[in-house]
Formats: sequence, structure tokens, C-alpha cells
Amino acid sequence: MTFQYDNVYINATSTVAGPYEAKGPLGKLFDKTYEDLYNGEKSWETAEVQLLKESIDILLKKANKKKEEIDLAIAGDLLNQITSSSYAIEELNLPFLGIYSACATSTEGMIIGASLIDSGKIKNCITATSSHNMSSEKQFRNPTEYGAPKPKTATFTATGGACLYLSNEKSKVRVESSTIGRPIDMAQQDPYNMGAVMAPGAADTIYRHLTDLKRQVTDYDLIVTGDLGVYGKEILIDYMKTEYGIDISNNYDDCGTMLYDLEEQKEVMAGGSGPVCSALVNCSHIIKLMEQKKLKRVLWVATGALFSPTFVYQKENILSIAHAVSLEVVE
Amino acid sequence: MEKKVYENLVSQHKPTETRAQNAFIAFVTGGIVGVIGQLLIEFYSYNLDISTQDASVFMIVTLIFFASLFTALGFFDKWVTFAKCGLLIPITGFAHSMTSAGMEYRKEGPIFGLGSNIFKLAGSVILYGVVSAWFFGLLRLLIMGG
Repeated sequence: MTFQYDNVYINATSTVAGPYEAKGPLGKLFDKTYEDLYNGEKSWETAEVQLLKESIDILLKKANKKKEEIDLAIAGDLLNQITSSSYAIEELNLPFLGIYSACATSTEGMIIGASLIDSGKIKNCITATSSHNMSSEKQFRNPTEYGAPKPKTATFTATGGACLYLSNEKSKVRVESSTIGRPIDMAQQDPYNMGAVMAPGAADTIYRHLTDLKRQVTDYDLIVTGDLGVYGKEILIDYMKTEYGIDISNNYDDCGTMLYDLEEQKEVMAGGSGPVCSALVNCSHIIKLMEQKKLKRVLWVATGALFSPTFVYQKENILSIAHAVSLEVVE
Repeated sequence: MEKKVYENLVSQHKPTETRAQNAFIAFVTGGIVGVIGQLLIEFYSYNLDISTQDASVFMIVTLIFFASLFTALGFFDKWVTFAKCGLLIPITGFAHSMTSAGMEYRKEGPIFGLGSNIFKLAGSVILYGVVSAWFFGLLRLLIMGG
């Protein structure tokens, strides 16, 4: 399912990131960074809520809007019952849609927001997402102090909160079209190789997007996936070639490999992951490059592994999903 | 794409793990833990004038204490990431698994947090340890008569 939009603009973005992201190559581009993973809170979970809350505050300042002027907040995260999002939005007293597509949550929110704005139902909205390395480790893996050895294909959940302010008021960058992804099962069961889980999901969405709009890869200056990591990136390039005969290698990158310095920051293994991973990279870096007209059209394909520890222990496959939004410079 | 064909594609892009290196590091660090244990036994039996059997218990308690302390101080996880099974297989790993789980869940309170989660990782070891102890005890009784 692909939509095209006429009047949806990105007016402002905001990013708040943790210590590992601050040390990465994009460290200086974030609006705010923390040196401590607790950022002054008592637990990992409340620390994540705080990151998201702060990124929304910064967003409102940057967009020069009062919270009363916001029609809708759409947010999602990785924690059970998407609590980080609801607790962060509660104080703002806004109409709220909580959403979940694992690490593809960021673009899912944008698709919902853009569709509502384009149809005239709302004038503007905030789309927000967050993740926290430690709260995710605690929920999905082992206690954070355990330090269990991981294989090289493992990815590292990014810490931060990132938001976009979308509206029908003209700005430098617009949301031009979007494609809603489908859950994909490629019989993958390894939670330490999420790149392999998600690559077919990304490929399916990219292929559908291009065929629905009768476009070529070269119509985009950049195609970025969310968090496939080093090995998932290789798999996607290979998969697109063998399955669809499409070569994306010339203008393709992955946010998981852009967020960290993979040579220096060995602890991130194959790269970053988590819903905030692609949001941090796009909101701090890529959208800014577009505002400077260094990139004209970008396809942001956030990739999610719909992973449940319970299902994995029950020997079920891990599903993946990817939602794409196409961003375009307003001439 | 067929799922089996995809599996091949995935394995082509899978990096080789440095198993030999990991095993060597684990062998050496595990060995060092063993040497420390033996030195502790010698130390206790000599200084406290107790039997080797009693000194072994003292040694285990000492290793558990320091593993838990180092976990609590926040650097034992980094040692484990480096040494892997060299620190996870000895008694230090058992202590570390309980302390790390305890620290993680203390925010949820003494009953629903600490109490119900402290054996999250160690529970399996205890269950199958008790079951296998019972089984081998039975074998010993049947074969050797007790």
C-alpha cells in the first residue's frame, strides 16, 4: 500500500541521545546528549521516558509551538505496553496514538501522521519514538550487569528520544510518499542476527515502493534502512540483486552503521538498532542535509524485527516489517 | 525467495566467530580462577589450621563474595565479556548471575523484583544441579552401595 501526499511538511525535528551515541560520528548533531545512561533518573525505564519527554520539549521549542496547538501525538517504543511513550505524552495532555512496529515504529508514526494531515483531518502532529539500551537489554535479554558474550552479528540498542513535527505549513522538506510494509517470515530464529531477520522485510517494502510508484533506485539520492547493521546491509544488497534484479549498492546506507564509529566503538558489534536508531540519524543528520539541499530525495525505510522472547523460546520464527517514507526537498 | 535459499544467503554473510581464540582465553582465565582457588585452599588450611575439605568451602565462599562484589561495583560484566566461559563456568559465574539479576530487579521491590527474579539465570543451574545430583547419587548407591 503506497500513498502520495501533497501538503505534508517536516517543520522541525529534535534528538536527545545517550553516551554511546554522543561518542559516535553524529554526536555533535544531537540537540542534547547525556553522559550517564540513567540521566538522573532512578530506573532504566524512567530514564527512557525522560529522554522522550525532553525531545518533545525541544521539538516544541524548535517548532515554536505551544502544546495546546498540537492536534495529535503519535509515539511508540520497545518496552512492553509501549509505556515509555504513554508516560512521556501524559504530561503534555495531548490526544495520543500509541503504535508498535518494533524498530519500524518511527516511519509508521510518520505514515499515520502524514495521512491524517493530507486528508485534512488534522493540521499538525508530533511523531516520536524512543529506545534505551539498558531497558531493552533488561526486557529482551539478560540483566544489564551480566555482560554475556554476544556473536559478531549482534546489534546494540540505541539510547535516545527523537521527534518530528509534521504539519501542512510549508517548509524546506516534505513527506512525499509512503509505503506500508507487511510482516515477513523468512524462517529466521536467531535474536542475535536481526540484520538477517529484517533484510527481507526491507527488500519487500523497497521493491513495492519502487514498483507502486514506477520509480528506479536512481530516483533517490539515498535509500536508508533502519538498523540492519553491517551484515544485514550486505544481505539486503545481495537479496535485492538476486530476488528483484535491483542494484541498490550505489546509493544505499544503513542508519545502524552510521550512528556509531564501528572501528572505535567495538561494543556496538554489528551496529545500532532500536526504534530511535534510524530516527536519530534521520532527524539529526539526513533531514539537515536535505534542508541544505545536499540530498534531494531520500527513502527512509525503518526496519523492525517483530521479536518476542516468548515466541523465540517456543521455537517460532522471528517476523520482520519495514515501513518506508519518501522525503523530498521543497523547491 | 525460498527460505532455504535465503538461509544460504545469510550464512554467506555471517562472520566467522573466533572460537579458537575464545576457547584459549576461557581456558587461561578459567585456569587462573582455578589457581586462585587452590591458593586460597592452601592459605586457609595452613593459616586457620583446618582440613582441606573445610578450606574448600571457605575458598568457594571467598570466590562468591568477590565475584558478587565486583559485579556490584560494575566491572565484572566487562571481565565476563572478555573472558567469557573462563569466568562463567566457575562458581564466579553462578554468583555473578545472581547478583546481576538481583541488582537489575531491585527497583521492582523485594518481593516482585528481587525475590522473584534473582534466580532468573541461576534457576536452571539449581534445578538441573539438584536433579543430576540426585541421579548420580542413585547410581552411586546402586553401583557402589553408597
